[in-house]
Amino acid sequence: MLKQIEGSRAVAEAVARCRPEVICAYPITPQTHIVEGLGEMVKSGELANCEFINVESEFAALSVAIGASAAGARAYTATASQGLLFMAEAVYNAAGLGLPIVMTIGNRAIGAPINIWNDHSDSMSMRDAGWIQLYAETNQEALDLHIQAFRLAEELSCPVMVCMDGFILTHAYDRVDVPTQEDVDAFLPPFEPRQVLDVADPVSMGAMVGPEAFTEVRYLAHHKQLRALKLIPQLSAAFQARFGRFSGGLVKPYRTDDAETIIVALGSVNGTIQEVVDEMRDAGTKIGSLGICSFRPFPLAQVREVLQHAKRVVVIEKCLAVGLGGIVSDGVRNALSGIVLKGHTVIAGLGGRAITRAALRQLFQDAGNDELEQLTFLDLDADLIQFELEREARARRSGPTAEAILRRVGTVASQVA
Amino acid sequence: MDKPFAITLDVGSSLANKTGSWRTSRPVYVDRLPPCNHACPAGENIQSWLYHAEAGDYEAAWRVLTRDNPLPAIMGRVCYHPCETACNRGQLDESVGINSVERFLGDEALKRGWRFEPPARESGKRVLVVGAGPSGLAAAYHLRLFGHAVTIIEAGPLAGGMMRFGIPKYRLPRDVLDAEVQRILDLGIELRLNRKVSNILETMEQDRFDAAFLAVGAHIAKRAFIPAGSAAHMLDAIAVLRGMEGEDKPLLGRRVVVYGGGNTALDVARTAKRLGASDAIVVYRRTREKMPAHDFEVEEALQEGVLIKWLSTIRNMADAGTLTVEKMRLDDKGFPQPTGEFETLDADSLVLALGQDVDLSLLLGVTDLVIEHGVVQVGANMMTGHPGIFAGGDMVPSERTVTVAVGHGKKAARHIDAWLRGGSYAPLPAHKLAPFESLNPWYYADAPKTARPVLDLARRASTFDEIVAGLDESTALFEARRCLSCGNCFECDNCYGVCPDNAVIKLGPGKRFEFNYDYCKGCGICVAECPCGAIEMIPETI
Amino acid sequence: MELQTVKFYQTGTFTVGNRLLAEDERSVQANMDRTNSLNSGHRACQGCGEALGARYAIDAAMRATNGELIAVNATGCLEVFSTPYPETSWKIPWIHSLFGNAAAVASGVAAAMRVKGTPGVRVVAQGGDGGTTDIGFGCLSGMFERNDDVLYICYDNEAYMNTGVQRSSATPPAARTATTPAVGREPGNVFGTGKNVPLIAMAHSIPYVATASVANLRDLERKVAKAMEIAGARYVHIHVPCPLGWGSLPADTIKVARLAVESGLFPLFEAEYGEITGRTPIRRKVPVTDYLRLQKRFAHLFNVAGEGRVAQIQAIADRNIAKFGLLEEARTHG
Repeated sequence: MLKQIEGSRAVAEAVARCRPEVICAYPITPQTHIVEGLGEMVKSGELANCEFINVESEFAALSVAIGASAAGARAYTATASQGLLFMAEAVYNAAGLGLPIVMTIGNRAIGAPINIWNDHSDSMSMRDAGWIQLYAETNQEALDLHIQAFRLAEELSCPVMVCMDGFILTHAYDRVDVPTQEDVDAFLPPFEPRQVLDVADPVSMGAMVGPEAFTEVRYLAHHKQLRALKLIPQLSAAFQARFGRFSGGLVKPYRTDDAETIIVALGSVNGTIQEVVDEMRDAGTKIGSLGICSFRPFPLAQVREVLQHAKRVVVIEKCLAVGLGGIVSDGVRNALSGIVLKGHTVIAGLGGRAITRAALRQLFQDAGNDELEQLTFLDLDADLIQFELEREARARRSGPTAEAILRRVGTVASQVA
Repeated sequence: MDKPFAITLDVGSSLANKTGSWRTSRPVYVDRLPPCNHACPAGENIQSWLYHAEAGDYEAAWRVLTRDNPLPAIMGRVCYHPCETACNRGQLDESVGINSVERFLGDEALKRGWRFEPPARESGKRVLVVGAGPSGLAAAYHLRLFGHAVTIIEAGPLAGGMMRFGIPKYRLPRDVLDAEVQRILDLGIELRLNRKVSNILETMEQDRFDAAFLAVGAHIAKRAFIPAGSAAHMLDAIAVLRGMEGEDKPLLGRRVVVYGGGNTALDVARTAKRLGASDAIVVYRRTREKMPAHDFEVEEALQEGVLIKWLSTIRNMADAGTLTVEKMRLDDKGFPQPTGEFETLDADSLVLALGQDVDLSLLLGVTDLVIEHGVVQVGANMMTGHPGIFAGGDMVPSERTVTVAVGHGKKAARHIDAWLRGGSYAPLPAHKLAPFESLNPWYYADAPKTARPVLDLARRASTFDEIVAGLDESTALFEARRCLSCGNCFECDNCYGVCPDNAVIKLGPGKRFEFNYDYCKGCGICVAECPCGAIEMIPETI
Repeated sequence: MELQTVKFYQTGTFTVGNRLLAEDERSVQANMDRTNSLNSGHRACQGCGEALGARYAIDAAMRATNGELIAVNATGCLEVFSTPYPETSWKIPWIHSLFGNAAAVASGVAAAMRVKGTPGVRVVAQGGDGGTTDIGFGCLSGMFERNDDVLYICYDNEAYMNTGVQRSSATPPAARTATTPAVGREPGNVFGTGKNVPLIAMAHSIPYVATASVANLRDLERKVAKAMEIAGARYVHIHVPCPLGWGSLPADTIKVARLAVESGLFPLFEAEYGEITGRTPIRRKVPVTDYLRLQKRFAHLFNVAGEGRVAQIQAIADRNIAKFGLLEEARTHG
């Protein structure tokens, strides 16, 4: 059914169709509207047979989900940024125990300095914890990925993170097609746990494993994600058959067949990139883009196949490996092992800074003209940086960087003092 | 269930880890000798019959008891219960009333008519028992159970010995005595009364006895040199007490003086009161602490109005009615010394209770015996110097009590039985004693002893009714349950419960427990928390 | 439920069982068919109080729930010594997640049982003092506040034992631990620090809070059974000696626990909805020195400088006795 609703609401309705049994809620911008929506549906009875629990921290939220999932209930929660870090121990724990929990990440920057706006630093911090990570490009895809995520998680016994850009997707009112309960039921069977706490068949879950077996356990976790590389495309195909539209999959190439320059990105920025690609294609540039949906497992073979004939690749990242540069770029370079082409990393959109078509157009042109450095920060205020570096060099007690910059930039509060 | 490798484990898998290999010492169940058993002169397995009694299995308890002592109803009235003195419970609150429970069991047996099982086979041997007192009766009982033909020859008109002719009725009713004696005789023992054996060897040969047990007791009163006038009424205690059994009671008068400090002296004084004496005075040369009589008897006597003159000796009895008494004092060694101060005492009669000697006349002609201090010496096997002639009770060196006598009878019977088979009897080595320190007293709830009801003083003074009544079933049960079961498992489940490694196996009711040494780490909590000290740690062997 | 003192004047009241008692008057532990939820083969030290306490509590809970019980365990000694791959000593469904989240995981299991339509399957969360009073405190408080149907059992051996005897907020004053060593001007743990989690639990007004000790099995079992009759958040705090960490003899584990109770240092009480409803009186009061002397972690108190501090500890015991009325006759309400 078509609706014009907030992205968060769309996700809430999708999750509700999936018949979750235990939902844990802890508020953090920008995911809060999702759990609020679900809470209301449970309280009103619209979402039946579901326990909605207000917990005291994100650590508790995922822990409650762990307990519920281990006991055979379909469990769901959502978080972002600081909250994801606060539950970090539990994130690794859920993956290690192989519990098919689905969690939405409303992607948001991580402090200090505290920042509530969108970038991918939060989910990136947990990229190696063993969760499957899927990045939604649109609100529709965000909605659809949750339905696929439950089935994916439960077939593999592996938790799944569905990542959607905070504010850009979560708070945007968009037209979405919310599936019917019948269609979702046909696609997503009831949860049949691989292992469960059952008084009729007791087991001990969460043993201590020493050096003699730990490597094997970790290999099996890796192997599980490699199986996901096959399963994810299967599920998106099945989804398309049932719901009539393509969502998810491992990668989405856009006009890459003869492209000389290919832009790689995750999440909603792909929409803007595709518009610029269209503009530049109209002007005759051989340019295309590749959206990666499944970031974990990283689709090495698929990325390689798309990129291998290009002359240059520009990876646009909403995250930063401080002291190194790009994070997604690492995966891309891995995929291109043995292939020589020009690779560029562009750090963009950190902390919610808008990525404009104009900026992208300039960027792509520079890339095409081989005027792009290997690592750049899009729209960086070079003067401000210069000023700040000089200031720090002059004074030993230079004060907090962020505050100094704000004063320089001239925001209101810094003028009051 | 499709369990992920290593993360999820099946139940029971820890049993593969045999933690018993960690031990350096291991616990073992032991059986130790409880102090009550150890102290009983009759060698009763007291703890064992209390074990049955506390479960309400009175007949089972009685049968365990009578394996060693056939006279429980009597014991429960006359025994001085050294078991209670030794009882570890005394160090907790008060000793278990073992004597009361024994009496209860004995009385139950009489009430319900429980009989002894006769022997399965006859041995073909004949044994003579001389004297139907406690020692002789006990010996006859055990010998009969061994399958021997037993004949008791008793000089007096009735069986019982000192039980009948020394212990007053108010302590031991005669119907109880008669019933317990008869029950022994009912095993098929021949009793010849009013026959005094004058020559043991002749008697044995005459009736072809293969062995003899002599238990004639000590019935001859000791005398002291007390000058007395011709009209002085001086008697000995034995004669007085013996006289109580007959039709005509002794005439002691209104003021009776008893000379001596033992239980017999007090028995006579209390008997005199019951016969109507207005004054019964015991004269004793030392103090109460030195008095050989049991303290409770002194207490009861004093309650009944018996007077006691301490530190006094009797110089003479001038004429009927007057005694001269000299005051004594104890020197620094505790011996009484005359002070030279005299007083007179009015007395209608003076009864001498100065001890008893044995009539050894039946031993004339037996040359290889040793007689010392008026008693016959016997070996550890209760045999005299003459092969085949055994002796026990007051006629051999011993503490002169009924219980000791019964113990001699049992011991002698075992040795006689072995001797008749051409071998010897060696008792099994005893277990180590179970002292109070080996117990964990925390687990025993505070429960003071039940006191037996005692006859009112007024009634006591005038009648010969039994003065101490017994316990009823609920109180006897209560009392039996106070037993700590020193040194022997009584299935309290503590070891089974306190093992952190679940390494104690409960075998079932009556079957106690077993250690699972595959898993026992040797921590020792079981030893520490066993209430009765029935577990010990021993070093592990490599 | 009426409290009945078993008046059996031999040992029935205080021992695990007795052949003369009816089966139902004996403890759960006396039964040959007890669950043995924590079975042999675990790697606890000799004489481990926690192993004992865990079996006592979980067997009692299993009896009370007719075998329908799921246990959630925090990281710590109990978890480590009971489930080293490939061996587990647990005979019941059991999960270990993290150090600080046992209460939250248990809330999740309880929610799952409700939603699955099996509310008769009950949930126990268990952890040591470290995992309960410190790192698990937030989740514990959240579980209490939501009144989730979970019984949380804390096995208090008064330090982080599994990592090598470090101080926790349950470590008593003056105790030597690896992070409060017995050196310097104030050797051992500092006076005036520490948390009383049972009282904090009471402040949450949850339906049932109780303290118990491995030295009093009957009392412990009664409290666990009572807790399992109640729905909602419940908390039982069990004192369990650790021979290794306390420096006491393995054989003395129960004796030391007993002395802690009998001195007044570990009061046994129960509370419902924030009000104290009962306590188990001291049977034979002892001075705190009887208890302290058996443990090397207090050995430094018995030199010349230590006297005043022993007096301070005695004062704590005396305050407990006064506050909880531990020397009065046993009273229970309801």
